Amino acid sequence: MNVEAMVDYLPLFWEAMMLTLKIGWIGIAGSIVIGLVVALVDHFHVPVLRQVLRVYVEIFRNTPLLIQLFFIYFGLPRLGIPIGADVCGAVGLALHGGSYMAESFRSGLDAVSDVQRESALSLGLTRLQVMRYVVLPQAWALCFPSFVANIIFLLKETSVFSAISLMDLMFTAKDLIGLYYQTTECLVLLVIFYLIIILPVSIVGSVIERRLRYGSLGA
Amino acid sequence: MEALGLDVLLNGTNALRLLGGLWVSVQVALISVLLSLPLGMLFGVFMTWKNPVAKVISRLYLEIVRIMPQLVLLFVVFFGATRVFGINISAELASIIVFTFWGTGEMGDLVRGALTSIPRHQYESAEALGLSKPQIYLQVIIPQAMRQLIPTSVNLITRMIKTTSLVMMIGVVEVMKVGQQIIEANRMVSPNAVFGIYGTILFLYFIVCWPLSMLASYLEKRWAVA
Repeated sequence: MNVEAMVDYLPLFWEAMMLTLKIGWIGIAGSIVIGLVVALVDHFHVPVLRQVLRVYVEIFRNTPLLIQLFFIYFGLPRLGIPIGADVCGAVGLALHGGSYMAESFRSGLDAVSDVQRESALSLGLTRLQVMRYVVLPQAWALCFPSFVANIIFLLKETSVFSAISLMDLMFTAKDLIGLYYQTTECLVLLVIFYLIIILPVSIVGSVIERRLRYGSLGA
Repeated sequence: MEALGLDVLLNGTNALRLLGGLWVSVQVALISVLLSLPLGMLFGVFMTWKNPVAKVISRLYLEIVRIMPQLVLLFVVFFGATRVFGINISAELASIIVFTFWGTGEMGDLVRGALTSIPRHQYESAEALGLSKPQIYLQVIIPQAMRQLIPTSVNLITRMIKTTSLVMMIGVVEVMKVGQQIIEANRMVSPNAVFGIYGTILFLYFIVCWPLSMLASYLEKRWAVA
């Protein structure tokens, strides 16, 4: 293995990682917001909007991110809306992730038993207080494992950004392999940089998960 | 039709070509799923072993599967195998290897979860009733574990089908790639083909994955532990 070449590539990979992280986290933040809104709309049975969002969730959850990105990236300009690759990546990831997050939050909210809600109401808490002090803390603990799994999944999904020519880690690795034929070196760097991105999330996630487990009732 | 770019589909053999591409995707997905399910079951049982070496191996394998993006694995196998071992494997074979590797790990984790979720008293009560080891597994544990395993593994299958879209990135000419070729070829004649073709592919994936997702959530609700 040519270590010198690997050192030369480091700045390029670093830059690519920063781009992946930036767009990845913006997309993930967006997906959390979308997921929360969809889950709450579903939970409170808001008419019409609920059905519309249901269709959105089913479509985005059951098709690959790659084709969604292609649709947005090549489709929107045809409608006269110019869109950059970075915006497209963040929007696509947010929409794709939003549908997954919605499912995870919704199942968390549904899993809090009615007894909890009714007991809190009969104790004289207002609806808002019931939500704030009784339902949300429990729902949060229940959906946390799938929430972390979703974040890791979305960080992994960022690897398809290279298909819409964003200069992310995949793109850089592919580019360098094509230029200098240092295939092994590039692949090793690629693996290392993805470890740097995802391993901390995985570790922090499992630590928090362990602590939250004390908070869940009857488990 | 014109505005949606669906007319391109009816030109020449475009629709047939797209279906041909779909067939390649289906093949890769089907073979990987069929290999992953039994291998995953074996791996899941292996993961419940108390042996420390078995624990380290399964832990390491699972972490690789969980952390590495599938696209990275595809690159590593497809380009790495040629470079490191000097063997030239086709992109299709590389895809099947990667998806099976990944599917086995994920499936194994689901099997482990299902097996360990069966409370100990189930094993012990069965034993107290005088059932033999094979009887305990066949008649008590596996039927209960299946109720948890089937919905989650159906979900895994939909994920594997969706992930097959990535194989175009290592040069497999599947449905996405064929779609791209059709769009490129008709760029001048019908610039709206982007919607028609990508829309069709979107629909194709949806029509396969959606019923499976529905089935999974139906089974999950029906078999929910009361």
